[in-house]
Order: sequence, then structure tokens, then C-alpha cells
Amino acid sequence: MKRLIIRKKSRKNFITYGVVVAAFIVLASVVSAGAMPSALQGLLVPMCAYIIAAISLNLTVGVLGELSLGHAGFMSVGAFCGATAAMALNGAGVPDWARMAAAVAVGALLAAVAGVVVGVPVLRLRGDYLAIVTLAFGEIIKTVVTNLYVGKDPAGLRVGFLNPDIGLGKGGMMIVNGPNGISGITKISTLTAGFVIILLCLIIIFNLVDSRSGRAIMALRDNRIAAESVGINATQYKLMAFVISAAMAGAAGALYALSQNTVTANKFDFNTSILILVFVVLGGLGNMLGSIVAATVLYILPETWLRQFSDYRMLIYAVVLILMMLITNNAKIRIWMGKLLPHKKEKEGEAHV
Amino acid sequence: MKKRFLALSLALLLVAGCLAACGDNGGSSAAPASTASTAGGGDNGSGAAIKIGGTGPLTGGAAIYGNAAKNGAQIAVDEINALGGLQLELRYEDDVHDPEKAVTAYNTLKDWGMQAFLGSVTSKPAVATSTEANNDHIFFLTPSASSTDVLGGVENPLTETIDIPRKDNIFQMCFVDPNQGSASAQYIYDQKLGTKVAVIYKNDDVYSTGIYNSFAAKAQELGVAIVSTTTFTDDTSTDFSVQIADAKENGADLVFLPMYYEAASMILIQADSVGYKPQWFGVDGMDGILTLDGFNTELAEGVMLLTPFNADSDDEATSKFVSTYKEKFGDVPNQFAADAYDCVWSIYNAIKDEELPEGISASDLCDKLIAKFTSPDFSYDGLTGESMTWDETGAVSKSPKGMVIQGGAYVGLD
Repeated sequence: MKRLIIRKKSRKNFITYGVVVAAFIVLASVVSAGAMPSALQGLLVPMCAYIIAAISLNLTVGVLGELSLGHAGFMSVGAFCGATAAMALNGAGVPDWARMAAAVAVGALLAAVAGVVVGVPVLRLRGDYLAIVTLAFGEIIKTVVTNLYVGKDPAGLRVGFLNPDIGLGKGGMMIVNGPNGISGITKISTLTAGFVIILLCLIIIFNLVDSRSGRAIMALRDNRIAAESVGINATQYKLMAFVISAAMAGAAGALYALSQNTVTANKFDFNTSILILVFVVLGGLGNMLGSIVAATVLYILPETWLRQFSDYRMLIYAVVLILMMLITNNAKIRIWMGKLLPHKKEKEGEAHV
Repeated sequence: MKKRFLALSLALLLVAGCLAACGDNGGSSAAPASTASTAGGGDNGSGAAIKIGGTGPLTGGAAIYGNAAKNGAQIAVDEINALGGLQLELRYEDDVHDPEKAVTAYNTLKDWGMQAFLGSVTSKPAVATSTEANNDHIFFLTPSASSTDVLGGVENPLTETIDIPRKDNIFQMCFVDPNQGSASAQYIYDQKLGTKVAVIYKNDDVYSTGIYNSFAAKAQELGVAIVSTTTFTDDTSTDFSVQIADAKENGADLVFLPMYYEAASMILIQADSVGYKPQWFGVDGMDGILTLDGFNTELAEGVMLLTPFNADSDDEATSKFVSTYKEKFGDVPNQFAADAYDCVWSIYNAIKDEELPEGISASDLCDKLIAKFTSPDFSYDGLTGESMTWDETGAVSKSPKGMVIQGGAYVGLD
């Protein structure tokens, strides 16, 4: 029986990997054939960033069972640190892919640090404190970055707060310019980079979930008292999942920033956090493939197909969201879907055994 | 095995469906089903028409600006098409005042076959779309995105280096932010309007911060004393009691408001309720305050502003534009509408005498337009200024008009 469960799980993981790889091959071949409209092509890399953000939030919400309302804050940390790193390395003779990798690494690392800072005090508490604190964290990051000035001159990086005069000498370059954010980014994120990061995140998450630590994390989600009674250190395991999630969000932010011409702090506001949460909830808590599909559809939909409805675009988008919520939660439709998808039927069969 | 295939094929179907849906949009969008299309056109089919695109916030918080620009541009296109001859086709896409969405909107327009681009209405999205348009070499003339980052090539005064290189096909119809700030400071100094100046600006906004920085620099140079500098953000743009109290305590007799008119109207209302009556001084974003719903225009009495457009002007072209706008869209046009109207007409003037081959590519048209706009003998008389000219920097040269609000109307100063 145990072997059966494990096999079913790893099969599900491989389906997720397979879908991601297949989707990448399809997209990459359509792009290289030049058959994709430029509107859609421009959406691909940001879409990868949102997918990474969605699966990382799914780790917090679905696997760890804690609500985070400030995930865009971690993306923001990753975006600004990553883009600063990429721009600081600009002209140092580093190839684009290496700058990209460095930016993602720096973004992930500093977002992880932010995750520790937020997580250490809050994850000791019970209840919905994480939701409240992450909400505040997102707002604080937004305000801090709006007033942050970072520049580069031959002597190195210079950082200032509130005042744009940060002592840059002649030949210096402003990187993060307060409310103007970062402009003049060279777009170095590619679809391939996005795809590689998505796969890496999936490998990390699936291996974490199937490990001893992952079982401890899920045990905490299901019943904290019972888990602690068998000696699981609640704070440590919660922090582990939360920091990994924050680091991935940082990587998503760095990928996103390097796919845009200009990034401002206002982009990563409360609405963005909620948008990512919507991807996770619609895709299904703990279901990584669901998050990927939901992020893809909900990100692409309003920007392409719904544009033909012009002014009613966002209204229709809201209606689509409500319909999707109703449909995915309707018992009859779920049974019908279960009949269509063979492995769901098997689950029912298992229940009888 | 079978199940895995089923799951895979379902997922692929989904991706394919998504692609097909988008491809569909790209194909059908040339039909007049979209937001804007030729109206009142002549006999020429849309095949020969020059396709002009634009992005702006048509929905969301800044929708008032995007829609004004779209409507203004539409009036110009209708007028030009009614003349016969060269025909234009206009399409505006929504960017919700977001750079990311603006790039998608721009790409959608590119798929549609856009040949000239009216840019983005607001500054932040325009910084992104101007970079894209520069890469694709599509002519870009924005009605109202006034940040210097849009044009590029402007030296950062602190480092004396150029952070963003000049984008050679990007032009503006409005003043750049620094010009407005220094012009305001100069005007206040020349007219001796105030001895102690307070500034309230929005520090998460490119437009407001840009004007403030150049205003502060110029004021310091001229020796105008700034006694109080306070800020607000998008989230705090409803309560100004702290900022007003600070200005009042420091005895400011003139308050400079580099911001759009919704926030300015809140400041006027709240200052009135505490009995603070300094001289108010605004910039072009203040234009439109008199037409704001539910705003008591008596509070704006005596407010001074620098703006390129005056809807109450007796000028023949302006009054015709205002009456057409009122008839079609039901309200008084603001400066954004007039700027967009001027953009379309100036592009038309630049190419009307040219021999344009059928279906000219955006890049070829861009070369012709750049040559025309930067040539010294090209100038344009419009609603927002007379004999406007452009040079290689992309900035327009026209002089701001000083206005004062008297008896619920804008009256030109000197």
C-alpha cells in the first residue's frame, strides 16, 4: 500500500515535469518558427515569473498551511536587488546568461534574508499573524523602495535614502532612482531561463514535500499539537518552508525585472500579492500543476483574448474568475471531471478498498 | 501510460487553445470590432490608411487621462479623414497606467500593423513603450508623457552622465517635467508672487517628483525660500491635514502644487476648511479642476497654473475643438485631449505632402517623420501652442501660458 502511494505521488510529479517540458518545447518551437504574435511573445517571460511566484506561494499556503499576503514584497526585494546586481555587472565583461544567473541568485538570497527577518518572530505565533505581518511587510517594502536611491560609480555602489543626491561622482550612474524605480534595464531574461528556474523550483518543492522535512511540515499544517507531541520543532520547519518560498519569490522577481524596460516599486503592491494568491487558490492548494495552469491562463487571458472586449475587459475577467471558482468547487462537475480523468476514478476505487 | 498521455494531451490542448485564441485576436483585430476605428472616412479603404496606435489608461484610476487623449485623437482623425486624401486609422489600447501592460498593449498594436505610434499617455508606461518603439524603429510622439526618461539623452544633473541614451525616434507634444518646474520657479520669482514658498508633492509619482526636483533646484538658484516641503503617495492622497498644517505653521504665502487635479482639489477643500488662504500655484496637471464633478469652483478662485491649453479660449480652432468634443463625448476637453489632437494633426501635416508608397513600413515612415520633425522649417500651429518646433532632443519648444482662475474660468495672465 505504501509503495502504491509513493508511486502515485511520483507519477503525479512526473506528469507535472512532463507538462512543463512539453509546454516549453511547444512554445519555444512556435517562437523560433516566428509564428507567435508579438503581443503573446512579450508575455512569455513575465508569465514564467508569475508561475514561479505562484508555485512558491503554493509552498507557503498549500504545503505549510500559512497565509501570506505579502508575496509581492519578496518579489520586489528580488526584483530590485537582482536588477541592481545585473546592472552593476553590466560592462564588466560578464556574458548575459551569467549576469541573469547572478541576478536571480542575488534576488533569491536577499529575499530569503527578508524571509528570515519576517519569519523568525512571526512563525513562533499561532493563528493568522503571518498573513497580517506579510501584508505589512509588502507595504513597508513598497514604501522603502519608493524612497531608495542606488547608484554606481567607479568606486562602487552607493546607497541613499530619501535624498537623490547620494554623492555619485562624475561618470556615475543612477540604478534605482526613487519613485522612478529602475529604468533602462536591458532585457536579458529569456524564456529558457524562465523555464529552467520553473523546473528547478519544481524539483526543490517536490523533493522537499517527499522528504522527512516535508512530512514534518505537512504534519504541522494538519495538526500542530499532534506534530509537536511527536517532537517536531514547529518554528524550525515552518521557517524552512517559508524561507524557501521567499527565496523562490525573489528569483521570480529578478526574472520579472529583467524582462521589463522599467520597474517601479508600485508594481509589487497588495494587488499583485492577491493576484498570485488567486492563481494558487484557483489552481488548488498544494497542487503545483494547478498553480502553473492557473497562472498561465489568468495572466495571458486579460492581455490577449479579452482585449477584444475593450472597456469591459476587466469586468469579464472578474466574471471569469467567479465562474472558475464556482466550477472548480461544484460537486457535480468534479464527479464529471473525475470520470473524464482516469486517475481520479482510481482514487475513488482506492477509497472503496 | 494511457492516463499520462491523456493528461499530457489535455494540457497541450489547453496551451494550443490559448495560442489559437491569441492568434485569432491578432487576425480579427483589423476589423472595426476593436476600440477605435475609422469613422466618417472617405472612399479609401482601410488598406491605404496610415495606422496610428496609442496606449493609455482607458480603465482604472487614471482612466480620465487616457480616455481624454483617445477622444481628442479620434476627433483629429475624423477631421482629417473628412478632408479626403490621406486617410488615418486610429486604435487605442488600454494599459491601466502600468508599464508591463503598456508593453503588451504596444505589442498588440504592432501585431495590428501600426505604422505610427502616439505613445503612452502617462509617463511610467511611456518609458517602457518608448524603449520598445525605439528598438522597433516606430515613430513615437506622445501627447502627455512628460518624463525625461521617455526621451532619453538627458543628463542627470548630479552625475553629469546620461543614464538613458537618447531614443532618436521619440518625440513629445508636452513640456518635459524639468522645464515646467524651472519655468514655475522663474515665474514666481519674476512676478514676485511669494516670499515663502511651500511645496506639496507626490513622491511615488514620476511626474510630480520630476517637477519638484527641478523647481527646488531653480528656486535655490534664484533665492526663492522654500519653507515647507511635504509629500504624499497614492495611498495617502485623501488626507492632507498634516501637509497643510506644516505649510501654514511655516508661514508660507504661496503653495506650489505639482500634481494632478484630483489631489489638488482635495488640498484646496481641506485648506479652506482650516481657513488657510495662500496663493496657490499649479502646473499643467491642475488643468481640469474646474470640470471636476462636485467640486466647488469658488475654492479654486485665484489659483494660478501654467498650462499649454485653455478650453475657454476665444481662439477659433480651440472653440471648434471644444464644441465638437462636447457634442461627441459630453464634457469639456482637458489638456490631454488637446495634446493628442495636436499629435495626430502634426503627424498628418508632416506626411501629407510626402509621396507615401502604398503600405509603407513603419520603419520607413519613421525615417521620414524624424527627418521632417527635426528639420528647421517644420513647425506646427495647434491648440496647445503656436509655431511649435522639435529638435534632435525630441522635446517640443513652446511657451507655457500662465493662467489664473477667475470667476470659475481660466483667464490668461499677461
